[in-house]
Amino acid sequence: MSTDGAGVLERILTEDEAAILDAWNTALREGASLQGGRIREAELRTQAKAVLGQLRDALASNSLDADGEGFAPLRETLADISRSRAIQGFTPTDTANFVFSLKEPIFEALRRSADVDASTLAAGVWAAGKVLDRLGLHTMEVFLASREEVIGRQGQEIAELSTPVVRLWDGILALPLIGTLDSARTGVVMENLLQAIVDEEAEIAIIDITGVPTVDTLVAQHLLKTVAAARLMGADCIVSGIRPQIAQTMVHLGVELNVVSKATLADAFAVALKRTGRKVVRQQAPAEERR
Amino acid sequence: MTVTKTEALPVRSGDDVVRVRQRVRALAVEIGLGLVDQTKIITAASELARNTLDYGGGGDVRMETVLAGTRKGLRLTFEDQGPGIADIEQAMTDHYTSGGGLGLGLGGAKRLSNEFHIESTPGSGTRVTIARWK
Repeated sequence: MSTDGAGVLERILTEDEAAILDAWNTALREGASLQGGRIREAELRTQAKAVLGQLRDALASNSLDADGEGFAPLRETLADISRSRAIQGFTPTDTANFVFSLKEPIFEALRRSADVDASTLAAGVWAAGKVLDRLGLHTMEVFLASREEVIGRQGQEIAELSTPVVRLWDGILALPLIGTLDSARTGVVMENLLQAIVDEEAEIAIIDITGVPTVDTLVAQHLLKTVAAARLMGADCIVSGIRPQIAQTMVHLGVELNVVSKATLADAFAVALKRTGRKVVRQQAPAEERR
Repeated sequence: MTVTKTEALPVRSGDDVVRVRQRVRALAVEIGLGLVDQTKIITAASELARNTLDYGGGGDVRMETVLAGTRKGLRLTFEDQGPGIADIEQAMTDHYTSGGGLGLGLGGAKRLSNEFHIESTPGSGTRVTIARWK
């Protein structure tokens, strides 16, 4: 029966290709697959035409196994489409509907076909359902895998983005830490800081932990290692941004930072300026009064 | 004492430790712990979750909000099926570590909690229970 179904399907696709394609394009347009201009209609039509052609070729191998060899080119095309959908920000429903919306046009074409009796019609419908369901699931799998890739890449980007070293003044660097400080992040942070100390010939580095939500012993250990490494490079560290609740917690934990620490980045900057022999003063008189 | 809510999370990777912290924070806020107490129980949870992961080879955490009379509390149980701890007294000593840490995690977690209970059988695993009351 399965071979029979494939044959019926292939015949219908060959005989009625233009009508099926038209109906499918209409369904895609109405089903909001265009996503308000995220993809051009012409592009969608090209994709639909390519998929339909490859579906017919695949069915010519007289197989309904959508995971089989005959379907490999079609799976590849669908995978490409699915990946681009994931990147363009389509919803999973839109992506799966690209394949599922082909069902109705095919069913319609089967019904229209004059020389089809009831059992052949049933075989054709069953075959179309089986193949398209499997292909729809395939696009979903690729879609999700692409999303995972995107998420993984974003994770790496965040790790790099959120560890900038900022030059506050000649010889004074600031390292505002934000988020969770795990071993991988600490590695990046330390590398960036040490390189910046060399580049800027910095004497003082301020490590600001205002944006670190939890300071446990691991974070403390990472901080201590960073401070020790900076010292070896000839730069002193000041840790700033220790909130009251963090201070209490660290005392209970028994962690001693053995480093100058300040409540705010501003305080730490003032200390750094003083140590490098500088002072911030208010201008004596506003310009108007001097005149 | 009645348990008003129970949740469980696996501790199998570094990301899970972050998830545990976030969940503990949400529950601590829910029972109305102050900012300092929140930070304390979150930090203790972070220490114990990392111990479960690093020394116990992964395990599970059970988080319960409890009610004793009119007092609300948060009770956390960390359980692993790892090698266990042979000498608990030594493990609780500050600055002692069998790994590469600061050796302050277990003792610190005890000081950060109102209740602390540890039981361990060498060869079959460790269970640590802590609680913080409002």
